[in-house]
Amino acid sequence: MGTSRKPREIRLSTTPTAEAIAELRLGDIVYLDGLIYTAREGVYMRALEDQANIPMDLPSQSAANFHCSPAANIRADGSFDLGAVTATASFRFAKWLPEWMAKTGARLIIGKGGMSSKDYRDYFVPNGAVYLSTVGYGTGALLGRGVENVEAVHWHEELGIAQAMWVIRANRMGPFIVASDLAGNCLFERENAKIAANLEKVYEGTRPAVLKRLGETDDRSDEMIG
Amino acid sequence: MIPIDIIEATANELMAKAAIEIPDDYLTGLKAAAESEDGDLSSFVLHAMLENYDAAKEDGRAMCGDTGTPRWYVKMGNEALIEGGPVALEAALRRATADATAAVPLRPNRVHPLWRTDHNNNVGIGAPEIEYAFEPDGEWIDLITVHKGGLFGTDYRMLFPSDGIEGIKRFYLDSLVAFGKRGLACQPAIIGIGLGGTKDACMVLGKRAACLRTVGDRNSDPRIAEIEDEFKELGNSIGMGAMGFVGKHMVIDCNIEVGYCHTGGMQMSVHAFCLSSRRAVARIHADGRVEHRTDPDWFTPYQRRETVEWELPASHAKSA
Repeated sequence: MGTSRKPREIRLSTTPTAEAIAELRLGDIVYLDGLIYTAREGVYMRALEDQANIPMDLPSQSAANFHCSPAANIRADGSFDLGAVTATASFRFAKWLPEWMAKTGARLIIGKGGMSSKDYRDYFVPNGAVYLSTVGYGTGALLGRGVENVEAVHWHEELGIAQAMWVIRANRMGPFIVASDLAGNCLFERENAKIAANLEKVYEGTRPAVLKRLGETDDRSDEMIG
Repeated sequence: MIPIDIIEATANELMAKAAIEIPDDYLTGLKAAAESEDGDLSSFVLHAMLENYDAAKEDGRAMCGDTGTPRWYVKMGNEALIEGGPVALEAALRRATADATAAVPLRPNRVHPLWRTDHNNNVGIGAPEIEYAFEPDGEWIDLITVHKGGLFGTDYRMLFPSDGIEGIKRFYLDSLVAFGKRGLACQPAIIGIGLGGTKDACMVLGKRAACLRTVGDRNSDPRIAEIEDEFKELGNSIGMGAMGFVGKHMVIDCNIEVGYCHTGGMQMSVHAFCLSSRRAVARIHADGRVEHRTDPDWFTPYQRRETVEWELPASHAKSA
């Protein structure tokens, strides 16, 4: 049997106070209450590159940006059928996040896999924001249960259902894991460092492939052999 | 003649089953992992996943919000006849994919690679993929749908005989460690490895090894079966668990499939079938009977044959 300890559980508003954010520790389990909106590449491009007006009052309505598209359907009568909710990997959005946070006051960035500690130091900490990771990944059904209501779906005609801006009302929605803190620490990097010590042993006896792979260097004189 | 309306109704059912019900073999494997996991965070994650499977089944909602890329594997007995022929079959599978996307609901993931056009139904150019295989006898058709995650955990590499088993091990570890960090591969997973074939065939073999074989199943070649055991162990000795947290479960099982390759090469692919290992299978008989199961039973002796002629199994030969 495993002998694991249970992590600390916290309920948090999606318009959290600075104090509530400062309270969070790496590895805490968080359940959210309040409005959450989804925004990923489609919304970022439309709002930041095309300068479209964001159809919500941010951050007063919500400071929680979920990197997600739900498994959901817009019925013929315009009502919504939302089933499961799962995050998508956030690192691809680093290009837009600093500007997005400055513009919207987002304090909780929710997604899969977190960002680098450099991202946290460069623009999360200065904006008083932290990263919450979904669990699993893919506790889609549990997160779906935490959605009390779909309040609106913006831009679905322009962006499609998957990229649209879904505004959902969360009621003890979770679990999420605190993956960064206001000191700029990164949960995943902390775990990587712990695991690194063992890797040499696991790799013992193996050797790199005889043919290297292309495209992984900026040195144009490199060859794939040797 | 297999009635086309039964094919379409069954395909609809399979789409929902795959999305909602975790297959028993994977569930059993994950429960065993959860019981012995002692990393604080990775243990929490595994228990949350188990709770999530229950929630999905109770609520009849998808276990994961990311539907992945739904696809079909179709296998037919040599004597199977389909009402309307293969074109009607493909139309039925495309309709079921679209209808189930709205009905379950699933996330409409499939978009045009350049224009990002989304039909909101997981159908488009080449989507869903439909792949075929045949078996020497029988009037049945097997429909298998797999909803595999679409972004991380898979890679291909051209190795050579001089790289040897140590080179294979190296690429296996590289893939697990690199995609395992931050849990990008959504581990612990069924890991499929393709060896040999050609580049495209190698990818197909590895993906099928991950998605069309079950936990606990072993390759019929005893020496490959030994490598499967060894690689499962090796993956679980990395020290990494769910979400890339410290832990001891990366691999719920490791399945290897091989194909004859160029004499100078040793192609290799690695595929991780995520925590939501979504597959569902049904056999439809000529009389319209439908039998549901979770084991695709894809890699039969016929699929792995290596001789010019296929020798009929003894039982069949006797009656012929």
